[in-house]
Amino acid sequence: MASADPQKPRVSPDDGSSKDRSMQLQKEMLGEHYRRLESAPETGEPVVYTFVPGNLTELIRSFGALPVLPEINALQSAMRGKSQGYIAAAERAGHSEDVCSYVKCDVGMLKAGNVGPTGTRLPKPDLLLLSYTGCFTFMKWFELLREEYGCPTVFLHVPYQGDGRQTAEQRAYVIRQIREELIPALARVTGRSYDEDRLRENLARSAAAENDLVAVLQSARKTPSPIDAYFGAVYYVGPIFSAFRGTPEGAAYYRALRQEVEDRAARRAGPMTPSGPLDRQKYRLVVEGPPNWTHFREFWRMFSDEAAVVVASTYSKVGGTYDFGFRHDASDPLGTMADYCSGCYTNLSLPARVGMLENYIRDYGADGFLVHSVKSCNSFSAGQLMILREVEKRTGIPGAFIESDLVDARYFSAANLKNRLESYFQMLDARRASGAPS
Amino acid sequence: MTRKEILDWAFEVYEDIDFTAARTWLADHPGRKAAGYLPVYAPRELIRAAGMLPVGIHGGGENLEIIKGDAFYQSYICHLPRSVIELAQSRRLSFLSAVLFPSTCDVIRNLSGVWQLLYPEIYVRYLDLPQGSDPEIRAQFWKQELAALLADLEEVSGRPATAESFRDAIATYNRARSVIRDLYRARRETPWRVPTEELYVLVRAGETVPVEVFLDKALGYLAEIERDAGRVRDKSRVIVVGAFCEQPPLGLIKTIERSGCFIVDDDFLIGNRLLTSDVSTQGDPVENLARAFAGSTVKTSTIYEPDSEGKRRSITERVAAAKADGVLFASASFCDPALLDRPLLEAGARAAGIPCMAFKFAENTSQFQQFREQTGTFADSIKLWGGA
Ligand code: SF4
Ligand code: SF4
Repeated sequence: MASADPQKPRVSPDDGSSKDRSMQLQKEMLGEHYRRLESAPETGEPVVYTFVPGNLTELIRSFGALPVLPEINALQSAMRGKSQGYIAAAERAGHSEDVCSYVKCDVGMLKAGNVGPTGTRLPKPDLLLLSYTGCFTFMKWFELLREEYGCPTVFLHVPYQGDGRQTAEQRAYVIRQIREELIPALARVTGRSYDEDRLRENLARSAAAENDLVAVLQSARKTPSPIDAYFGAVYYVGPIFSAFRGTPEGAAYYRALRQEVEDRAARRAGPMTPSGPLDRQKYRLVVEGPPNWTHFREFWRMFSDEAAVVVASTYSKVGGTYDFGFRHDASDPLGTMADYCSGCYTNLSLPARVGMLENYIRDYGADGFLVHSVKSCNSFSAGQLMILREVEKRTGIPGAFIESDLVDARYFSAANLKNRLESYFQMLDARRASGAPS
Repeated sequence: MTRKEILDWAFEVYEDIDFTAARTWLADHPGRKAAGYLPVYAPRELIRAAGMLPVGIHGGGENLEIIKGDAFYQSYICHLPRSVIELAQSRRLSFLSAVLFPSTCDVIRNLSGVWQLLYPEIYVRYLDLPQGSDPEIRAQFWKQELAALLADLEEVSGRPATAESFRDAIATYNRARSVIRDLYRARRETPWRVPTEELYVLVRAGETVPVEVFLDKALGYLAEIERDAGRVRDKSRVIVVGAFCEQPPLGLIKTIERSGCFIVDDDFLIGNRLLTSDVSTQGDPVENLARAFAGSTVKTSTIYEPDSEGKRRSITERVAAAKADGVLFASASFCDPALLDRPLLEAGARAAGIPCMAFKFAENTSQFQQFREQTGTFADSIKLWGGA
């Protein structure tokens, strides 16, 4: 992959792509969250760092603690044009160019004073909650952070669904760890005792928000789609993937978002994109793999300029696969958290991932399928060429394979990506012209 | 058996990417089956107890031409999975009835899924080794996983494990681990008598033959080196850290030792040395295996380190135990576990004043000049100044 231009600030959630109320709400929620984090050393609010897949936000919040998600900081840093400097600092400190750029971005940010993406200082964690779900790198990442922060770490091993399901024994193992290790660790660092009623309330709010999110994501079955389920969905899943699942603000956000999307669908309007409102949609795509964050808007524009809308994506399921039926269940607090962790997208087997993509292509009436493979992430990327072949074989729809990275701009080659996408769209045109089924 | 005969055998098995020894065993034992496993650790005792031949799949090495494997993996993924796929797609692994994929990293994890899609007729199992800090919780989980694996293997082999087959399997692998410990001790104490090239090839050959064949050869080799005092030589003593999964080409091992270093400890084929104590042969064998893993494994990049000082300490302890002068961090390119661990390990070594050097390789690297210069300079600097 060729080197790209030096990284520049590209996009932020409030860059004018949409004037929706939900966007404003999200901005306010994030701003307030980062402000609370900044003042946590003074207010004494405990801080727990954890990862997006398998995040136990309801539990963390039930102890009155604030969650910090390092992947979110990394991607936000990249969107604001800061990741390259952080990565360079980490590489100078001995981190390999070969490994996940999220880790290096985070380590570099820490070395630069831990000023978060919104410009406020991030507090040190009182606890690293290493939810080991769907990614090997998580383990190494928090081993590295533990060294820097010298704080306690608690480990939750979530078995991988190698056989396409979670066994009863695996579920019991996760529950036991939550009960015997996580809860005592959270009680120790927060000085509070476990409050199951509070946890249940949080879980009930999560389920309500999940219902609304699923309605939003499934609105893309309509033609035209009122959402972009990849680039646009990044904003939609933001609160539920990060600090706000189970909170009243989170639930209110999803109610508002659903209303907006339903209004848009009723008007047969498309989503707002960098090329303007995408009402006239020429291609309906399913996308596998995370987006690039350093050139997010430019990347999105390569699709929206061609009137391509993404109708379903797997990336929007890394924080939970709600559209296949899972909801947090307040009547079984620990069990439901085990089920949640186990079902996150990157914890699913390759055959299950293929099945999901096949399902999306058929269910959402897609005429194209794209894999965006990122150098950083073995969890996503290793095996994606096999996924591509298998999905093509099962659906009869030819796919495209493009490559870049998450937050390392050196691996984003705009010209290559654009060429590849343009040829792909031409190929879809030719298929249509020949009357091939889509 | 002379040392030369043993080594000729080992080199022949090592270079044989058609796994002839395993195929011959299957031909000689009609009705029996073989189960492959990927790095780094699989409970071979279970495979043997269920009447199957365990076969280590450690990549195609330097002699395998990759024709189909590259179509499965992007350039930024390590070499191992593409050579393993190449072995499979060229039908060199067609004799396997089962393949186990341990939770070494996400590449091997996802390779299990590639296998499920490509070879639905083969039994595939992802082995989620227990991670975490509470040995009791880990042991209980691992026991359940092992019990499920055993039931599946018995079904594949058609030969239920018996108390006797289990005791035999555990005792035989205890012996194999003990002999490998002896080999490593001999090298550590008198590295001029045990070139790593020989030790490596012998242990690697042992991964693809019945374990008693390996024991026979390894004991023969130990007896031979006992007889041969060798010529004492003075080189820099190094430990090689990070090559626990994708294996370095033999040329690289030779290059290190010919450029003024003795390798006195390493991570090669670490699954053989992962358990630090014998597995009990009394009582419930599955429980014993589970407890052995949950209770006592060496510290390595693929297993969570609960102790915040543990990483740094592990490197200084290894160096001290091996009476080494320095550390060579040798990782496969794009190897997440090794490369993500390196900063902490290196910091631990440097803080203790231990000279370090780092490089990357691929199993099919064929040019060694640059390594020769690097490790030669490293060895010289240790000799001259006691540090790099
Ligand atoms: S390897 Fe992938 S899943 Fe893991 S932290 Fe990096 S981007 Fe996230
Ligand atoms: S070499 Fe490293 S990244 Fe590659 S399969 Fe082995 S452990 Fe995984």
